[in-house]
Amino acid sequence: MPKLVEQQQLCDNRWQVLDDQQPIPPSHYLLPLARWLAAREIAADGAPFGVIIDGDQPLEELAPTLAELPLIAIHFAKFADGRGFSTARLLRGRYGYRGELRACGDIFRDQLFFLQRCGFDSFELPDEADQSWLQSLHDFTVSYQAAAR
Amino acid sequence: MYQYNARDHQLVRERVQQFRGQTERYLAGKLSDEQFLPLRLQNGLYVQRLAPMLRIAIPYGLLSSRQLRKLADITRRYDKGYAHFTTRQNLQLNWPQLECVPDILAELAEVEMHAVQTSGNCIRNVTSDQFAGVATDEVEDPRPWCELLRQWSTLHPEFAFLPRKFKIAVNGSQADRAAFLFHDVGVELVRNSAGETRCNIYAGGGLGRTPVIAELVRRELEPQHLLTYLDALLRVYNSHGNRANKYKARIKILVKAWGVERFATAVEDEWQFAKGGENTLTSASIEAMKAHFTLPDYRQPNADAEQQLQQQAASELAFARWLERNSHSHKQPGYRAVTLSLKPTGVAPGDVTDRQLEAIAQLADDYSFGEVRATHNQNVVLADVRIEQLYALWQAAKAAGFATPTVGTLTDMICCPGGDFCSLANAKSIPVAESLQRRFDDIDYLYDLGDLELNISGCMNACGHHHVGQIGILGVDKKGEEWYQIQIGGSAGKDAALAKVLGPAFSRDQVADTVANLLSVYTDNRIDGESFLETYRRIGLDPFKERVYAQAS
Ligand code: SF4
Repeated sequence: MPKLVEQQQLCDNRWQVLDDQQPIPPSHYLLPLARWLAAREIAADGAPFGVIIDGDQPLEELAPTLAELPLIAIHFAKFADGRGFSTARLLRGRYGYRGELRACGDIFRDQLFFLQRCGFDSFELPDEADQSWLQSLHDFTVSYQAAAR
Repeated sequence: MYQYNARDHQLVRERVQQFRGQTERYLAGKLSDEQFLPLRLQNGLYVQRLAPMLRIAIPYGLLSSRQLRKLADITRRYDKGYAHFTTRQNLQLNWPQLECVPDILAELAEVEMHAVQTSGNCIRNVTSDQFAGVATDEVEDPRPWCELLRQWSTLHPEFAFLPRKFKIAVNGSQADRAAFLFHDVGVELVRNSAGETRCNIYAGGGLGRTPVIAELVRRELEPQHLLTYLDALLRVYNSHGNRANKYKARIKILVKAWGVERFATAVEDEWQFAKGGENTLTSASIEAMKAHFTLPDYRQPNADAEQQLQQQAASELAFARWLERNSHSHKQPGYRAVTLSLKPTGVAPGDVTDRQLEAIAQLADDYSFGEVRATHNQNVVLADVRIEQLYALWQAAKAAGFATPTVGTLTDMICCPGGDFCSLANAKSIPVAESLQRRFDDIDYLYDLGDLELNISGCMNACGHHHVGQIGILGVDKKGEEWYQIQIGGSAGKDAALAKVLGPAFSRDQVADTVANLLSVYTDNRIDGESFLETYRRIGLDPFKERVYAQAS
């Protein structure tokens, strides 16, 4: 089963990514951006949900709705495509987003430390991820530059 | 020079630990080739034609004698006893074993060195002027700014997976010895009308297959904002740079596509949100960094020192020549900077043996406060030599093979490793350099030609900076054979210019004759002490073309 790291703990990933049509389950689902923008009243029932965007998604449309969002997942199409790192920094810095920020898609263990520094606080990991992956969140105890954390 | 504090030591040690773990996982099959690739590259490790290559960072070119001795020791124990100074003030080992690289990095960490981000799609080693802090035309010492940039860029979490590599150079002098107009970002330190330090930020320069001169994006940036401004600039590049085509992924392509105004506006807009943030420098942090680069303990020269030097020069022509070409004026009365030439005939430019590294360390200890600088033209500089000691230094340098008195002349060429080592090469470059050194071995002729940069690259990646040579030679592949395209008129200075191709390429045997023809056009046409470049700019490409191809056909 795919794994999730939340608050530095490894657990099973029970979140479901919805397309534009699928019926909305009671909780733990990720909506595509357009669907969220079209139906923001979803947030009213208080059940855990989030929006999933690509790493290169411009943030202008999403920005006015950030306060209503408990979770944003940024999808990495390829691990070498670093746009999601900047998207996270933009959300945390320029747009002041405070909710949960999750990295998903093609990411791997050795990126966790930098992802975390850019403001991600949860990570979707492949099936083979085990406890040892968590060590990479602590690869460094010092750093030079200010970052999201 | 900069001394590591506890945090610096901790960081490089943790980096070694991290890479040790990654290497072990890779060798155990737990990390794919594809995933290991950016990790090893960002630790300096390439896989080349014959073996892995490890590129060690020499931040803005500064090295201590202790570091040189460690490097000598490493080349001896982990490699074949030699190393190569690159055109970006780094040092390469050509034969390390993959399994040993973590150990090499651990040894480097002991002497405050590393290979962090010397390769890969990230911010690379910051380069600068080899005469930083001693140049007579210096406006502001670039070294503290380089170190601030080194720290800011080291393990920058946001910019480890950029569209492509990113190179920054800092220049603080009136002349440009850092080629800052040919970097992804060039920082030019200037003074404003009130005499305060400011940074002009240029972006989008570079060589490679699409050579471009950088354009000014921000005039007179207040230096406390240097890091936040660059955060914003890199963020714009990271978000908008081309990721679909590796050959269009450098920032120069984005700046060209958008136009410099649109690019500058986008950076300015982004910066409004980064400005004043935590990466803002305080005057205290700037002063603390400057305190690492204080003046050495200079001595007053003896009253007759200058006179004595003139006498030594007058009585020994070889010394006079060396003094003229290989020593340089200095801010401090009674001192000169000296270039140790790594360009003797028959040795690949920039190559040094373990013993030579130790000899350089000894010369540094004996004559220049134990420090040296690597230069982008692949020599080594002793920055602070008392004029009383120049004669003794010359003799010692001669004995060690570093006194070839040709610095700045035709045979002090820049040359990439080329087809002898590099898997990307179209052609060999080292044998071309050697054939030119053999052909132009008449020192009087070289001096008569004056300052002349000849640069050789083995392929269009342009590590040998052929686009900015007054004469540039580029290895090309013609139906599986090695040919050489020749171009002239380039300059890496503030009068930056790209060289123009003469015409059809030449075989290796023809290169030396062709260069001889180019030089004869110059000597026939020059007036009143004009340089090769000045003559070319006055008479244009055609006379050169005509003679070269008339003779060739
Ligand atoms: S210019 Fe080409 S041949 Fe020379 S080192 Fe660079 S990539 Fe290799």
